[in-house]
Amino acid sequence: MSEPNPPRVRLATTSLAGCFGCHMSFLDIDEKLFPLLERVEFDRSPLTDIKNCGPCDVGLIEGGVCNAENVHVLREFRANCKVLIALGACAITGGLPAQRNHLDLGLCLQEVYLTEPSLARGGIPNDPELPLPLDKVYPLHEIVHIDYFIPGCPPSAEAIWKVLSDLLAGHTPYLAEPLIRYD
Amino acid sequence: MTESLSTSPGVALETASGDGLRRVAIDPLSRVEGHGKVTLLLDAEDRVQQARLHIVEFRGFEKFIQGRPYWEVPVMVQRLCGICPVSHHLAAAKACDMIVGATTLTPSAEKLRRLMHYGQILQSHALHFFHLSSPDLLFGFDSDASRRNIVGLAAAHPELARRGVLLRKLGQEVIRMTSGKRIHGTGAIPGGVNRNLSAEERQQLRAALPEAIDWSRQAVQLVRQLFEDNLAVYREFASFEANTLALVRADGAMDLYHGGLRARDPDGNTLLDDVDYAHYWEHILEEVKPWSYMKFPFLRQLGADKGWYRVGPLSRVTQCDFIPTPQADAERIAFLAFDAGRAARATLGFHWARMIEMLHAAEVIAELVDDDDISGSELVVRGSSARRGVGVIEAPRGTLIHHYTVDENDMVVRANLIVSTTHNNQSMNVAIREVARRYLDGRTLTEGLLNHIEVAIRAFDPCLSCATHALGQMPLAVELVSNGGDLLDRRSRY
Ligand code: SF4
Repeated sequence: MSEPNPPRVRLATTSLAGCFGCHMSFLDIDEKLFPLLERVEFDRSPLTDIKNCGPCDVGLIEGGVCNAENVHVLREFRANCKVLIALGACAITGGLPAQRNHLDLGLCLQEVYLTEPSLARGGIPNDPELPLPLDKVYPLHEIVHIDYFIPGCPPSAEAIWKVLSDLLAGHTPYLAEPLIRYD
Repeated sequence: MTESLSTSPGVALETASGDGLRRVAIDPLSRVEGHGKVTLLLDAEDRVQQARLHIVEFRGFEKFIQGRPYWEVPVMVQRLCGICPVSHHLAAAKACDMIVGATTLTPSAEKLRRLMHYGQILQSHALHFFHLSSPDLLFGFDSDASRRNIVGLAAAHPELARRGVLLRKLGQEVIRMTSGKRIHGTGAIPGGVNRNLSAEERQQLRAALPEAIDWSRQAVQLVRQLFEDNLAVYREFASFEANTLALVRADGAMDLYHGGLRARDPDGNTLLDDVDYAHYWEHILEEVKPWSYMKFPFLRQLGADKGWYRVGPLSRVTQCDFIPTPQADAERIAFLAFDAGRAARATLGFHWARMIEMLHAAEVIAELVDDDDISGSELVVRGSSARRGVGVIEAPRGTLIHHYTVDENDMVVRANLIVSTTHNNQSMNVAIREVARRYLDGRTLTEGLLNHIEVAIRAFDPCLSCATHALGQMPLAVELVSNGGDLLDRRSRY
């Protein structure tokens, strides 16, 4: 494999309160992953062992913000990524996890940890190692500035590929109608 | 040689008091699906006093599903996990079958669901082995971290990386054809399915299968080779004794879509066999520990301290009496015989068992694609309805339980989920404590040594994404301030 001439674009990805479906859809570019790897190098991502985001060209974030740690990671990405992209419904609106937004957090806790039928010994987890959950699940753009939004649950591999290709070519990303889907 | 380790050393590392100890965290766990971290507490001599795997995120699904009509559940619940959405989709659909009284599906519906499920097994196992875990095994647990990933694999072993991508693609295509989308499709509905496969779709799959079966068989051989080359390490790494649990078909065959519960103790004695899962709570209970959102299930008959168990490929391959496809069954027999049965007891044996299942999934897909029932048009049945539905399936990572109760208006009033990774909670904790004790104790912790902990966790292929549907209470307060400086949220303890 020959070294490409242009410097590689540095790409970071992470999942906050998401299901990893958006990351899976990214991998659904299938064989196109290999030419992409000629142009891109990964920073922090579930695919690498880099645990903190360093200076990057592009950041892709899946999932909304549900706890204090998500806020921290989101800010780390914003501080380091020139272009930050909200990937998928959860990042854009909170998505399915935001269904808890109209519920009382304490009742949720009781339901899950104190009253389920197969529970032998209940109790609500409260160790300091567990990050503080937020009262609501927030979309990314309410916490930091977001440059681009790719809708869908998950966005199709074609849509993700198109946005990345546009960025690699130095264009403003553009999705034509058929690639914009919300399901 | 060292005997198999008892469970006690691992359990002893669970609850040291934190006073005066130094904390080391592996955060976030990487090359696993989902959000989790490991914390270690070390004393002044760098001896590990405590090691814990924490699941740090909450979804609250069991609560917010309440008040929704049951037929929405198979579609909603997939959003718990984008890696194995099909497993949640099908477990929920099976629970809904009970609610609509569909005791027996039509042959077409059952086979189309099976096709979807084995497509899911194929793609998930390929992803886990090639994209996530193989770099540890091929380059070494403490090899250069910058290369220890799919990018490094593509550079050093391009053909292997290509096969991984194409095997996953084939599984994803099976899912797309049976459910309409590769991720979060809608194929299964209460009482059946809503689509079948066309002749062209079947032809497209048929063309790819011989190669997929061949590559899967070679992947099994690759893991065998890794064991042969590093026998001492592979035999003992993160090993411990555990009870096992899986669904098994009534005749003892491996069946990942349906069966009865079978559990065994480490000596192979039967604890449960062919048990109807509709009353799973008579056999499985869960407890909560304050330091993880993930619960700790155990077998009721043995109690919380002794009753924890292991699920997933290793349990399934060692626990069934046979695999009902020829090549995978031959590989199962070879696996059980290898090194006097030690590989089948080793934690890294998970990888070998997983590749045997991947081969089995490819063989099953090949059989189904040739079965005209998958193009049949009788797709849905109904019977007399019930208020309670339990659906259990063997997801890629192990036994997955969905349980719903509905009211007279068909609205969900209760939901309980025990996801595959939750069953493995105690096992993963014991595995990392074993690694901490053997490899980390008294040594200066390098990145490579810490990766040993992650190698142990990865063997289980945990889906921490699935495991995060519960939430907790914090003795802290935090403020969330918006982009523009506004206070969005402030939480303090309940
Ligand atoms: S948008 Fe959909 S696919 Fe993406 S993380 Fe959210 S639920 Fe998963």
